[in-house]
Amino acid sequence: MSAPLVDISSVSHRFGQHTVLKDVSLRIEPGSYTILLGPSGSGKTTLLSILGGFVTPSEGKVFIRGEDCTSVPPAKRPTTTVFQDYALFPHMSVGGNVGFGLRMQGVDGATRAAKAREALALVGLAAAFDKKPHQLSGGQRQRVALARALVIEPAVLLLDEPLGALDLKLRRQMQDELKAIQKRVGTAFIHVTHDQEEAMALADHCVVMNDGRIEDEGPPERVYARPATRFSATFMGESTILAGTVTEAKDRTSIVATPVGPVSLPVALPVGSTVELAIRPEHLVLGETSGDVRLGTAEVSDVVFQGSFKRVLAVSAQVPSLHFIARLPATATVQPGDTVAISCHTDQIILLTD
Amino acid sequence: MRQLVRIASWLYAVLIYGFIFLPVVVLVLFSLQATSFPIPPFTGPSLRWYDAVLSDTRLTSALVNSLLVASISSLAAVTLGFLSAWGFARFVLPGSGLLRGLITLPLTVSYLIIGMGLLVLFNWAGVPKSLLAAGIGHVVINLPLCFAIIYSQMGDHQINIERAARDLGAPEWKVLLLITVPVMTPAIFAGFFLSMTFSWDEFVISFLLTRFDTTLPVEIWNLLRSGLNPKTNAVGSLVFAVSIVLVVFFELTLLRRKPA
Repeated sequence: MSAPLVDISSVSHRFGQHTVLKDVSLRIEPGSYTILLGPSGSGKTTLLSILGGFVTPSEGKVFIRGEDCTSVPPAKRPTTTVFQDYALFPHMSVGGNVGFGLRMQGVDGATRAAKAREALALVGLAAAFDKKPHQLSGGQRQRVALARALVIEPAVLLLDEPLGALDLKLRRQMQDELKAIQKRVGTAFIHVTHDQEEAMALADHCVVMNDGRIEDEGPPERVYARPATRFSATFMGESTILAGTVTEAKDRTSIVATPVGPVSLPVALPVGSTVELAIRPEHLVLGETSGDVRLGTAEVSDVVFQGSFKRVLAVSAQVPSLHFIARLPATATVQPGDTVAISCHTDQIILLTD
Repeated sequence: MRQLVRIASWLYAVLIYGFIFLPVVVLVLFSLQATSFPIPPFTGPSLRWYDAVLSDTRLTSALVNSLLVASISSLAAVTLGFLSAWGFARFVLPGSGLLRGLITLPLTVSYLIIGMGLLVLFNWAGVPKSLLAAGIGHVVINLPLCFAIIYSQMGDHQINIERAARDLGAPEWKVLLLITVPVMTPAIFAGFFLSMTFSWDEFVISFLLTRFDTTLPVEIWNLLRSGLNPKTNAVGSLVFAVSIVLVVFFELTLLRRKPA
């Protein structure tokens, strides 16, 4: 196994009294697309700033290509950043912007222009070389920022909520392009976002952060299907959460008592321990064709039509504090006020033990 | 009734502008007087007094001195003002608010007080009365002005631009020279031209701090001591013209907004 490209080792950071990162360790493989996903205040942007060299962590070390880069300034480390506001140089042409990094390396004008054109072609903006940043649209500026960061061939490209300022349609389009560009250049991308759809669409490796810690990390499929913590079960997609206590445990099966009835799980758990069960909206079954785990009945409180599906909120008849979130086909006829039986399948229940 | 309001507002405007500009108009008009006294009736137009001004070596050398003092002191003031604004905007300094207050404080102190203070200080330090001393005085009065203008235009949105430059490998001096200065150009030019205007017109400090070689306002004052004559009007008109040019530059640089 090759050494990781980036190795973040037990990094903590404080701003004054406020601790924003708590003992974070993370490894990043060459050529991977890593997403740092979390709500605002989760420390994801601080972690990115530490990687970029704009912030020196209070504790811990950052190794890039095996070298200790913890307090190496941004100019001297093999990373470049695509800023959220793009941070293009307004007084320079697009070509001047893209060539700036090479100019700082002392590359001569002709080579610089050729490489800048190449990088602009990569992001589909070959024609914009002589324009000024203010003549471009938001999406185009975004591409220029990307080209400017890629042209000096960094070991790691850092993207700070790069799609945050774009409208939804453009965001989805740029998402696909980002992924394609990353595959083409093979540079490791580390991308910060709070948009879980963006995370699922782009990541090879998804890191879910909350309150200065890494809650969960892994391939997005795994993080979605088997979230490690309650937070990642509710932040990376929605879930219905059931709290319960283990009442019985035979060799490979445990019975968990929940407010809506006992649930049998095919795992061994210590008797008396408290657990939480998460069920994804698409796995809840409403109505007669019930699954093998019955979760009582519920009154539908809200049905939101989302185009390809309907998002249904229902309040449990047995436990009024329990809210079910379900996803039904667009053709479903359920209406607010209906009382329906709710069930699911054992193998689709996610066990959270934190 | 509406008609009356219209007429009244026009009259008001004419009176206001007349009040402000009539002295200047009179000054310029009688600089074109053909006879020896700048009093009615108007006998011109004639350029004989401009001719007299331009052939008076004392006045022309004072004019050159003024231009030199104005441009060099403004350059110094704008450079120092820019650097201090950058420092205050980009770094967390202990007592930043107090220091910022102190740096702008000379704006509120009368030129006479500043001039006297400098006179005492220079006497004590052994700096002779000279154009250099007056130039230093002008830096003292213009630096706070340049600082205030540039600092007000130095927003947080430029921080990321500077960061991006550093991130792409630029050492600090290149960040300043290639990024911050060009981005701040309108404010820097505005500070420079406003400083030029103030230095160009400044009398009290120059009067106190120069002796043999002196600036134009001091030379005009010398001229006035021998009584009014159209030559003083002519030189006054020239001073006014230069000020106008500087102010126009200032307006063009600071007030012209680039399309977003």
